[in-house]
Amino acid sequence: MADVAYLPGLPRMLPALLPADDNSSPWRFPQYFADHFSEVMGWLWAHTWLSVVPVIAGLIIALPIGWLASRHKWAYPPMMTVSGLLYTIPSIALFVLVPPLLGLDPLSPLQVPIALTVYSVALLVRVVADGLGSVSEETLQAATAIGYTPVGRFFTVELPIAVPVITAGLRVAVVANVSIVAVAGTIGMVNLGLLFDQGFKLSTDTPYYPPIVLGLLLCVLLALVLDLLVILLGRMLTPWRKAVRS
Amino acid sequence: MIGNVLRWLNDPDNWNGTQFTTGIWAQLQTHLLYSVIAVLAALVIGLPLGLAIGHTGRATSLISGLNAVRALPTVGVLVLLVVIIAPHFHGRTSKGYIIPTLIVLILLAVPPILSNTYAGVQNVDPAVRDAAYGMGMTGPQVLWRVELPNSLPLIFSGLRSATLQVIATATIAAYVTLGGLGRFIYDGLAQQDYPQMISGGVLVAALALIADLVLALVQRYTVSRGLTKRFSKSTVGGAVAADLEEAGVEHT
Amino acid sequence: MIRFDHVTKRYPDGTVAVDGLTLEAPTGRITVFVGPSGCGKTTSLRMVNRMIEPTSGTITIDDRDVTSLPPHELRRTIGYVIQHAGLFPHRTVIDNVATVPFLLGTDKKQARARAAELLERVGLPAHFARRYPAQLSGGQQQRVGVARALAADPPVMLMDEPFSAVDPVVREQLQDQFLQLQEELGKTIVFVTHDIDEAIKLGDQIAVMAVGGHLAQLSSPADLLARPIDAFVAGFVGRDRGYRALGFARGAALPTTPEPTVRFGERVPPGGLEEWTLVVDDTDQPQGWLRSGPSGSPPGSPIDDAALFRGGTLATQGGSLRAALDACLSSPSGRGVVVDGDGRLEGTVHLDAVTDLIASRERAEVTGGADG
Repeated sequence: MADVAYLPGLPRMLPALLPADDNSSPWRFPQYFADHFSEVMGWLWAHTWLSVVPVIAGLIIALPIGWLASRHKWAYPPMMTVSGLLYTIPSIALFVLVPPLLGLDPLSPLQVPIALTVYSVALLVRVVADGLGSVSEETLQAATAIGYTPVGRFFTVELPIAVPVITAGLRVAVVANVSIVAVAGTIGMVNLGLLFDQGFKLSTDTPYYPPIVLGLLLCVLLALVLDLLVILLGRMLTPWRKAVRS
Repeated sequence: MIGNVLRWLNDPDNWNGTQFTTGIWAQLQTHLLYSVIAVLAALVIGLPLGLAIGHTGRATSLISGLNAVRALPTVGVLVLLVVIIAPHFHGRTSKGYIIPTLIVLILLAVPPILSNTYAGVQNVDPAVRDAAYGMGMTGPQVLWRVELPNSLPLIFSGLRSATLQVIATATIAAYVTLGGLGRFIYDGLAQQDYPQMISGGVLVAALALIADLVLALVQRYTVSRGLTKRFSKSTVGGAVAADLEEAGVEHT
Repeated sequence: MIRFDHVTKRYPDGTVAVDGLTLEAPTGRITVFVGPSGCGKTTSLRMVNRMIEPTSGTITIDDRDVTSLPPHELRRTIGYVIQHAGLFPHRTVIDNVATVPFLLGTDKKQARARAAELLERVGLPAHFARRYPAQLSGGQQQRVGVARALAADPPVMLMDEPFSAVDPVVREQLQDQFLQLQEELGKTIVFVTHDIDEAIKLGDQIAVMAVGGHLAQLSSPADLLARPIDAFVAGFVGRDRGYRALGFARGAALPTTPEPTVRFGERVPPGGLEEWTLVVDDTDQPQGWLRSGPSGSPPGSPIDDAALFRGGTLATQGGSLRAALDACLSSPSGRGVVVDGDGRLEGTVHLDAVTDLIASRERAEVTGGADG
């Protein structure tokens, strides 16, 4: 995935289509940001947490499951089927289905992080299994022969070697989450999606762009920054890859 | 709560609609209509383009550029397009909402189809392509007889991923006042009729699963057994693989 | 006959893959291009069917310039076998073999019947026809690759390292079968390999190529071993040249002496035997040596598998001097066993007699010239 140019041409396209001199102009988003600063920052924070925490929780859950699937042939197909099915369910459907299935209040603030954790697990189980599966049998046997215990071997040999594949999966999960969290805004959850909700509701008679443009910008920026953080984290964890990266 | 949901889903009035409400069948039709139009349009755009880029090796930067579209929040783009386009339509028409919705759905469905088709052609074993030309196949023959059939598994996983994203996003169309199964979710929410809202979720999830299953079956009978290797085994859950494939994650 | 006439391939970045190659690959014979990686041997082969276009020079097949046909039509008349077979994974084995006939518009039924016949010819039983390439071993895939190249009965075959991706035992089988097939079909073959032993085994003519894409030596295998033209070729042809060259040397008839024998399954006679006695079966085919005396089989003991020494190799009368020498060196009695064309014992030959033959042959070569 490219790290730049998430919004090709959009800013250039807008002025041609719209009057640019009143308060509802797309270019008035900084004004809007300033006027609603503390509120928007709160949504940005919430959005960030909702995008990050489920991925971390998902990774912690996916590690043992993925390990099992990579080491036992029989476990791989059913686990991939289950995670694939979970990933098939549309996000908004999962949001509204989580509370009754877990006995929560229909509009519990927990439904979004839980649903996103489920998604992250579904995606990362395959990533972890394939990443660990990419560790060669020779490497495993060499590690065992040197005297690693199975647990020691997992954390010091298998996991580090699988880091690049897992990192790539984490990037997909984080970037997808930023977009999915915004959807939750349409059913009233507190995050940057509320900017779209407001923009839509304020546009009933004439277009009111600032919150919409601000929301798009912040979401894309957030996705970009989180993506970058995951890349940096991956590089920090795999210093040996620098040598070949030229 | 689960009992109330089942009761709601069991009520024939909810399926057929009443004088005041639109039923599940009608909303399902609308939902399917949007989804089918969007997926077909995306196929028409993405498949030939992906085959051409993969076969010629030209304009490959288009692929990575398209993948970047992932970072755009779909709701935001939908709202933006509605706000831009809707005022240009007046009177008793929902075109001002349908057009932006279809644009967003197509935008969403093209990248997975395009990049998976491209990846499928790219992934054809160079020795196989070499042999095909060496046997005396012309360029188009190599494309139709070798590269396309060998790309089918990846093309299908792209198509399935696109279909799921479209069905999911067509739900959000209800948020911008259109029909579709999302209607029940947003109406249920607005009326605090939670059984209706949750039933909407159940219906959307069921539609997604059924659509994926149907495509999996089509895939099973279209793709050569020589490629599926284990000699006929179904692959549920192609969506994860396709999303990862699209993002360039290697898996073994 | 395939003729390369001053063929050069230079890439835009300046690298020269093939440099002024001129040679003829005679009709019905196997011409092997051999050399280290980067010597342009594969490039040379791929220029014949125009998978690569030469920068200058011409290539003709039976005096017809290869550029006189569109590439795809030319290629349909040339069999093409590559290293990893390159079978189409989405097609069954039989449809893979029938690829070119299908392209030529042959009736499907007819094309498949011919394909089935070819599969049998390359040693694959009929039940393989409906399988997919993924269900075959590397060696089996390579057989299908050869059958596919033969399907339209092309007069010319190009083979690019076809046997290098399989294990040594299978490779040897494939080579033997390939030679047998060529005996029957008599195709004009250009064969590329990096393995000098394979080149010597298969080639009627060997072209050794050096890095930079020029032809270092073109000669028969025996000549190549006997008289490498320069230090590069000598180094590339490798060690044991003298011994390996004997494989092509047919000396005068081996001077055999009759050998007393005992029959397998009988018993050691009461009077005992010489220290080493040759054991033959009912049809006079040598089975091995029997040891008598204090540390061997005592009189009256059975002549069975347990008593037999099977170490020795057999030389065939009229065969190579290498086999004769090896028979002597491997025989526990020091006497090399010689058999006739049907495998029946003719007698034994002594090491001295074989070395005398080799020596007289060397002298003849120094004064006389090349050995065919």
